[in-house]
Amino acid sequence: MKKSLENFWKYRNLLKELVKKGIKLKYRRSYLGIVWSLLEPLLQTLVLTIVFGTLYGREDKTFPVYILTARLLYGFFSTSTRSAVKSIRSNSGLIKKVYVPKYLYPLSVVLYDYVIFLISLVVLFFTSMILGVHPTIYLLQAPIALLLIFMLSYGVSMIMATIGVFFRDMEYLWSVALMLVMYTCAIFYYPEKLLESKWAFLLKYNPLYCIIDIFRSSVFGRLINMDYLIYASAFSIITILIGCVYFKKEQDKFILNI
Amino acid sequence: MGKPAIVVDNVSIKFNLSKEKIESLKEYIIKMIKHQIQYKEFWALTDVSFTIEKGDRVGILGLNGAGKSTLLKIISGVFKPTTGTVKRYGNIAPLLELGAGFASEYTGKENIFLYGAILGYSKAFIKEKYDEIAEFSELGEFLDVPLSSYSSGMKARLGFSIATVVSPEILILDEVLSVGDAKFKKKSENKIKSMMTDGVTVLLVSHSLKQVKNICNKAMILDKGKLIAYGDIDDIAPQYEKMTE
Repeated sequence: MKKSLENFWKYRNLLKELVKKGIKLKYRRSYLGIVWSLLEPLLQTLVLTIVFGTLYGREDKTFPVYILTARLLYGFFSTSTRSAVKSIRSNSGLIKKVYVPKYLYPLSVVLYDYVIFLISLVVLFFTSMILGVHPTIYLLQAPIALLLIFMLSYGVSMIMATIGVFFRDMEYLWSVALMLVMYTCAIFYYPEKLLESKWAFLLKYNPLYCIIDIFRSSVFGRLINMDYLIYASAFSIITILIGCVYFKKEQDKFILNI
Repeated sequence: MGKPAIVVDNVSIKFNLSKEKIESLKEYIIKMIKHQIQYKEFWALTDVSFTIEKGDRVGILGLNGAGKSTLLKIISGVFKPTTGTVKRYGNIAPLLELGAGFASEYTGKENIFLYGAILGYSKAFIKEKYDEIAEFSELGEFLDVPLSSYSSGMKARLGFSIATVVSPEILILDEVLSVGDAKFKKKSENKIKSMMTDGVTVLLVSHSLKQVKNICNKAMILDKGKLIAYGDIDDIAPQYEKMTE
């Protein structure tokens, strides 16, 4: 334990460099650069609002904020885990030649996506202001959701990074799975009807939905649902444990498969 | 006897060469059900033991496929040996096939910081050494250009400059001195020689016996994963010449 902490300390500079590299290179060749990480969720929310708001005849003025809260969290979860699947293989050139603690690769991917995600929260702030969703004391609960979404994404990323080494089609399978996750997160519909039906478990036992609900409660000024908090925390911690143990167990075999 | 720098003890490594590479989950499940997953075992190294003393410059000789690069990768920690242990005393700078850690969209300057971090150095340390690296690489204004427009010789120069300027205690060179033009080759050989007077331990893989004789004081010969000779370069060189005849 002490040794791995020392090792982590030695390579903290590399982690910083890898995170910096991810952020820098993501938008290097585009004109708008980092502005895209603000524009992308905004445009997507616009489309979703038109389709599921205007076309469905919803009058609610704050519906875009409702979508955006979920869309941002889901966006981070999906981009980070999807890049994590490839994270070991896309660094194969390096892994084959120099010894570096391998968990740094998925960790750096999740971290740089997290930084971009935090920046994109600016969009939510301004949209809420314009549409009249004003911050309340309940907004202080928001960091809980931001912490939980990071933990959940990191845990899933470690598992995905490990599987991704051995099976290349995990990349495509995971994209399909993510679509299913998206539809069971109540991103662009109200959950009440579903929660009353026999399909309620689809939402209740979806940790991502629980986190989204915690975040929404904070933004819209409600107390968070304690059941969701307990369930999402437990789920995230267990996922991280499984992810790290699985990754550690398999990491010496990575090199033979990339 | 001097202090040991690297102790390799009974190291063997086994690779599973699957007859066909299984890369998709579907294939894996089908083959698992049909019991068709077969592996062919291949021992790239068997029972290799030796000790390298501090300040030794050891040339590793052997025909293609003898296990030279595998041995270097085990020493630098990339591969874990199947059995046996490797002990290293001092920090290692691997210069295995240069440019492995480079990001092609990054400029030369950014790559210096990235590569330094990969080798485990702090940012302040690299900053301090930056001018020295830039000067030694002779890349000049190319340092602000993305690496994708570098020639392979330029990449090699950059990699060599970073790995040697940071003055490691153990330097691992895998056929890297064969890249670059004659002038830079000479310059890098001189650099290694000057590091040698500082007592750096060098491990060099090369097919050029002349180069090994030029740099190393000791040598070993690997053949089909076995260590068949290890000793002073003057004793080993004739034996290797006989082998390659």
